[in-house]
Amino acid sequence: MAEILLHVNGADHDVQATDDEMLLYVLREKLTLTGTKYGCGEGQCGACTVLLDGRPVRSCHTLATSAAGHKITTIEGLAGNGRLHKVQQAFLDEEAFQCAYCTPGMIMSAVGLLASNPKPSHDEIIRGMNGNICRCGTYGRIVAAVRRAAGEQTQTKAAISDSQNAGGSL
Amino acid sequence: MSFDSDLLQQSPDRVQHSFVLNRRELLKLVGAGMLVCAVDGQAIQESGRTQGGEAERTPHDIASWIHISPDNSVTVFTGKTEMGQNIRTSLAQQVSEELRVSMNTITMVMADTELCPFDMGTFGSRTTPQMGTELRNISAAARDLLLEKAAERFGVNRTQLVAADGTIKDQSNNRSVRYGELLQGQQLVQLIPDDPPLEPPEQWKVAGTPVAKIGGQEFVTGGHKYTSDLSRQGMLYGKVLRPSGFHATLASLDAAEAQKAANVTVVRDGDFVGVVAPDSTMATRALGTLKAKWNAPQQISEKELYDYLRKGSAGSAESGERRGRSNSHEQGSIEVGMTSADRKIESTYTVAYIQHAPLEPRAAVAEWNGDKLTVWTGTQRPFAVRDELAQAFHLPEKNVRVIVPDTGSGYGGKHTGECAVEAARLAKAAGKPVKLQWTREEEFTWAYFRPAGVIDVRAGARKDGTLITWEFHNYNSGPAAINTQYNVSNQKIQYHPTQTPPLRQGSYRGLAATANHFVRESAMDELAHAIGMDALEFRLKNISDPRLRAVFETAAKRFGWGKEKPSASHAFGIAGGFEKGGYVATCAEVAVDPKSKSVRITRVIEAWDCGPVVNPNGLKNQIEGAIVQGIGGALFEDVHFANGRILNPLFSSYRVPRFRDLPAIEVEIINRKDVPPFGAGETPIVGLAPAVANAIFSATGKRLRAMPLVPNGLQS
Repeated sequence: MAEILLHVNGADHDVQATDDEMLLYVLREKLTLTGTKYGCGEGQCGACTVLLDGRPVRSCHTLATSAAGHKITTIEGLAGNGRLHKVQQAFLDEEAFQCAYCTPGMIMSAVGLLASNPKPSHDEIIRGMNGNICRCGTYGRIVAAVRRAAGEQTQTKAAISDSQNAGGSL
Repeated sequence: MSFDSDLLQQSPDRVQHSFVLNRRELLKLVGAGMLVCAVDGQAIQESGRTQGGEAERTPHDIASWIHISPDNSVTVFTGKTEMGQNIRTSLAQQVSEELRVSMNTITMVMADTELCPFDMGTFGSRTTPQMGTELRNISAAARDLLLEKAAERFGVNRTQLVAADGTIKDQSNNRSVRYGELLQGQQLVQLIPDDPPLEPPEQWKVAGTPVAKIGGQEFVTGGHKYTSDLSRQGMLYGKVLRPSGFHATLASLDAAEAQKAANVTVVRDGDFVGVVAPDSTMATRALGTLKAKWNAPQQISEKELYDYLRKGSAGSAESGERRGRSNSHEQGSIEVGMTSADRKIESTYTVAYIQHAPLEPRAAVAEWNGDKLTVWTGTQRPFAVRDELAQAFHLPEKNVRVIVPDTGSGYGGKHTGECAVEAARLAKAAGKPVKLQWTREEEFTWAYFRPAGVIDVRAGARKDGTLITWEFHNYNSGPAAINTQYNVSNQKIQYHPTQTPPLRQGSYRGLAATANHFVRESAMDELAHAIGMDALEFRLKNISDPRLRAVFETAAKRFGWGKEKPSASHAFGIAGGFEKGGYVATCAEVAVDPKSKSVRITRVIEAWDCGPVVNPNGLKNQIEGAIVQGIGGALFEDVHFANGRILNPLFSSYRVPRFRDLPAIEVEIINRKDVPPFGAGETPIVGLAPAVANAIFSATGKRLRAMPLVPNGLQS
């Protein structure tokens, strides 16, 4: 057990963490930041996505000790001054969720994607978000939300129709 | 299908109908105001006959109640669970509509066994037709009562009073009174008849509109607390040691190392072994030090599955197994029909086991206070889980409270309470509240599966397109939507449950309606090709239900059915049906890569009719989601297993639909305001697999008869 300093959502936290402890559990259990979700524990579903120095990472696969000294942003740290982040607002506007358990991870991945590519094409959104799973199947709406957050005019229906070039090979 | 047989299919748990509520206790909880319950007239009379005229026992058939408080806030109590279907919003809309109060004055208290009336569970697409109708009834009756009270107060005829926005106005002189003021701090309980006049859907102002999801902001900020996010004072984290295979028994356990670890408690109770620790990492580490030996019986494996399912159903016709009785439907003569058919088909189809894989794995937080137990858990059947807990710990039902926070989805996969029981067992041993969240691997292994099945179909048609004979045998996958929606004079349709299925199986979104539609609609396609008739034309020729015809025609028109000649990169399929009050038709376009033989679904058009639409955006979301979820079972989802073990219990080995699988989706909803409303959580999934299979046939001439259709692409 070592004491590490985590910089989360603009604040410093001294936490006790063991060498094998993943950032996900430190956030959830020691800092009560439960917006970041467990979905698979193997970095396959993206529910645990947070930003590390602005880049999306899977916190279920990131050792807490390795995150020390980096700037960590969780879903709780996105909104500021009483205003939702534009990606959060876009998810609301497109109603891009059902059970919404995947939503924090989706939003963090989308924020990361837009930070590196502010005007992604449809295919770039598909590629950029493909590591996040939504079992309710709201992918079309999420694509629309990302486009909306990128400043495009979208309507849910139009955005879904636009996804004609999508699809996956098996 | 009858309600009971549907339930048997849905869940292995026993059904608990009895419900006792001490009305004084409830009133203590809700405080002053008016509590309105709807019951039938008979039940009112019965309850009125109890001692002293004060009924302690609420009639069994109360499914919900609403409370109007002196400050005009409205609280709705229902045992239904919100897990993404958006019923918290759609039910509140219906209350808002009939009670004439604004949405933001309504609080929905859901799925809390102490506060809400008994509810069988949230499944079977029943929330809209049953709970929605019930709440509309209660709300309309409550409004009626309030109008009556206002008429008394104002000393006027109630016909000149209008209720709107929680207020009753006297139109003659502009007097008004808020609902809460009419109650004058009293506690009133009103049992009301359940057939008050309802607002017709044509007049809906709040219902029927795309109201945004209640609490949406909580979900996008990470503020919503799912079960797995809850915390209690002094709470510890639990982990359960899983056996080496299904039905294994514990031969020996060496827990010495875990027991030496500080702050770790090892719990053993028969074959149950678990650990409890201050954080989940410590618990996982302690679990890893346990050395257990298990005795696991030899069990059948995937490669023997379909033979086993067929043979295992022998003699089941007279059995009444809990998980589902066999059933049979017969008319005319199959043999006579086959003789008079111009073209015949005879095929066997299979459907694999698949998993719900809800993104929030099972979780529970259990807390004991003496012999009282409270468990927060994500389940579709809170009252059944309460009973499971009461039974497991030999407690009276009243000592157990189950609370279901809005949950990270279920799709029929969260009917049971195993995680709740485990958490409670660990908490009892630890003497502290315990949280247990299953891992993904546990969820894939120790939850239950959509039943695999074998389906034989034998059918014949005349050259003019008349379906003349239809024989259909479903082994194990289930009887939901097994009967054909097509007119056919000779038919024999049977469901044969396998007596001892190799995996634990239970409900899944749509139940066997997906398997039965897959086979029926594929076989119809086979017949259409056999007689050389267009697949849509052949279907329409044998349909008499105008609503079914309408969804087929609507989907086909929007899709441009029959306008283009199919090619491998551009091929089309159509399928549809009817189940649980919903009509669906799906058109799919697929592209097959000539080199890699991979299949892409490029476009899906679905037409849908479930009566009057309560929330069009929520409904559209459900339909889109069902299509996407359906892609998994249609193309690649497949549980692999051998000798009591699941071989692909991870998202890295069990393929679910992802962004790259997303086709262009268009949904067309036929909003029928002249018929009763039905649910839409399930049936929109049933058309996708057969539409895709038919499109693959159109692309390649290859008839795929196994779901999943192309787990590894098309092999020539």
